[in-house]
Amino acid sequence: MSKPASDPGEGSADRELTMSRAMVDAIASEMRESEDVFYMGEDVQDYGGIFDSTEGLLDEFGRDRIMDVPISETAYVGAAVGAAQSGMRPIAEIMFADFVGVCLDQVYNQMAKNTYMSGGSVNVPMVLTTAVGGTYNDAAQHSQTLYGLFAHLPGMKVVVPSTAYDAKGLMHAAVRDDDPVVYMFHKRLMGIGWMPAPEGPKTPVPDEDYTIPLGEANVKREGDDVTVVTLGLHVHRALEAADELEGDVDVEVIDLRTLVPFDTETVVDSVRKTGNLVVVDEDYESFGVTSEVTARVAERAPEALEAVERVAVPDVPIPYSRPLENEVNPDSDDIVEAVESLK
Amino acid sequence: MYENVVTARHYEERLQEVYLEGKQPAFDISAGTIPGELHLAAGHEAAAAGVCAHLREEDTVTAPHRPHHVAIAKGVDLRRMTAEILGRETGLCRGKGGHMHLFDPDVNFACSGIIAQGCPPAVGAAMAADKRNEDSVAVAYLGEGAVDQGAFLESLNLAAVQNLPVVFVVEDNDWAISMPQERVTDVHTPAERADGFDMPGVRVDHDDAVAVYEAARDAVGRARNGNGPTLLDVQVHRRMGHFMGDAESYRPDEDSERAQRLDAIERLAEDLREHGVEDAELNEIREDAEERVEDAIEWARDQPEPDPEDAYEDVFVDETAAASGGDD
Ligand SMILES: Cc1ncc(C[n+]2csc(CCOP(=O)(O)OP(=O)(O)O)c2C)c(N)n1
Repeated sequence: MSKPASDPGEGSADRELTMSRAMVDAIASEMRESEDVFYMGEDVQDYGGIFDSTEGLLDEFGRDRIMDVPISETAYVGAAVGAAQSGMRPIAEIMFADFVGVCLDQVYNQMAKNTYMSGGSVNVPMVLTTAVGGTYNDAAQHSQTLYGLFAHLPGMKVVVPSTAYDAKGLMHAAVRDDDPVVYMFHKRLMGIGWMPAPEGPKTPVPDEDYTIPLGEANVKREGDDVTVVTLGLHVHRALEAADELEGDVDVEVIDLRTLVPFDTETVVDSVRKTGNLVVVDEDYESFGVTSEVTARVAERAPEALEAVERVAVPDVPIPYSRPLENEVNPDSDDIVEAVESLK
Repeated sequence: MYENVVTARHYEERLQEVYLEGKQPAFDISAGTIPGELHLAAGHEAAAAGVCAHLREEDTVTAPHRPHHVAIAKGVDLRRMTAEILGRETGLCRGKGGHMHLFDPDVNFACSGIIAQGCPPAVGAAMAADKRNEDSVAVAYLGEGAVDQGAFLESLNLAAVQNLPVVFVVEDNDWAISMPQERVTDVHTPAERADGFDMPGVRVDHDDAVAVYEAARDAVGRARNGNGPTLLDVQVHRRMGHFMGDAESYRPDEDSERAQRLDAIERLAEDLREHGVEDAELNEIREDAEERVEDAIEWARDQPEPDPEDAYEDVFVDETAAASGGDD
């Protein structure tokens, strides 16, 4: 699966895609390239994926390669591990990240650890795709973000696209990677009709293949006063906050894009410049992304770090009712407030 | 039973209307009076009413993501359930659970939106009854798509080997969202799953409420008398999309038409007429039901939304512990 990993850059395309179209574009291209790539999940055939993650693929690739499977996550995620160990490159979808609980052993013991436990004699080149996030009042079993859970358990790479351009490049990289990759897409970014996306995720996407290397954060906006580090949906909320603060505070916004591997250097360099760090995450606050980013900066550049704020879900399950969910899910006002509190 | 099925049907039809309030013209799942997903159960009523008719308040029921008809048949408070669905402070779960997660300990009713995950807790309720020498039973509801889950199969085995008073009720509507049964299993009917567990597996073809009632009388009686679990498999029909907003483009028209035609409620009314029940009486039952539904919806609309600060309560029984994560 070695192809040149050139990044033509966003500006080179004249077509704009939604994030789901861009994901599908990459999957289709990888499937054309290699018979070893196939996709398993619930409602991925005729429905095209509840969040359009496989829209249109059935027509081109048929039921053998775009596979509807029983509601048996343990069996089919584990089967993806087995097929990957047998040299194929399966993509398995868990409809919502919240459902990983029913098959967690296959994820954190088999998929993640077999390479290590076999002393490197076995590897698991599969992709696990899953939808994350709230903002639409579906309560605690359908709204979790769980970045921290996957990134905490060693052995899996974790990617989180925030735009169509990144969604395609990261999917190409994920499928070609020889390790297991968890590809976590935010429902609100996909561009599905019934869940309007914010401005931003729909971007120009080149026709040709390109990879975005795992482990390279993206400086989305340069600024001198405060570094805001985030990922997924909250990249757009942070950019909105930065626009609002323009003229008052000069905000630098960093999109992590991948959690494992983690681009410590880009984050630390930015904090060396600004001295101030705000970490924004839609996952739970404790023991998660905000703690990790803060700890890395504190270790590498304690002298540069003047102040830190964390903006995340305050360790409560995601509630159903609108005022309650709004309270716990960070929005751009929360980010503005956190940035202002550092001044 | 008739009262329960007409209440449930009218409730679903009215919720469908209320759900669309504020979501027009462009359907936006997070907008309107009822946000989030909504899974309606029109066409499933016979499975709820026919089984719950044999249950007492102290018997436990666990329902899946499509719970309203079962909740109504189990006697969950209609006003507070509706307030929960509307996300109000006085809802069953103070606005924290929503339509897939209704908890009413007064009648021992609970739900989960994760497929088949209501089965193990039902086994646990039966275990508690068994240990305390009480004759209450537990009923776990699930869809035919859920019978491929480990949690279900493991629960059958545990209930069987410990001879626990559980009835597993499969509502077989043939569809798991867009996946028809034959695409995901070679087992003919969900009832056959019982064979491997030394447990009776009983299939009721056609959602005939009287046939469900009779089969459930045996199953619940067996459990209550200490003779162990039963798997009861009821053919139902999905009259609507999987959830509100599902255009069902994957579903053949004949199948949707068949679901509309085979209506358990009409069949039950016909049965009752044959047994000498007057139309006037049936109409009265229906009108009463409609009034109760209307009352519940109106009551729920008038209820306040929760205070945002309530989001921090209930993580633990001791609320001071819950607050430590967030604000500092
Ligand atoms: C473990 C898990 N996997 C997937 C889902 C997503 N999901 C919700 S409902 C559903 C289909 C359920 O079908 P069935 O059990 O037949 O019940 P029905 O909806 O037909 O009543 C699926 C796949 C889930 N909630 N939990």
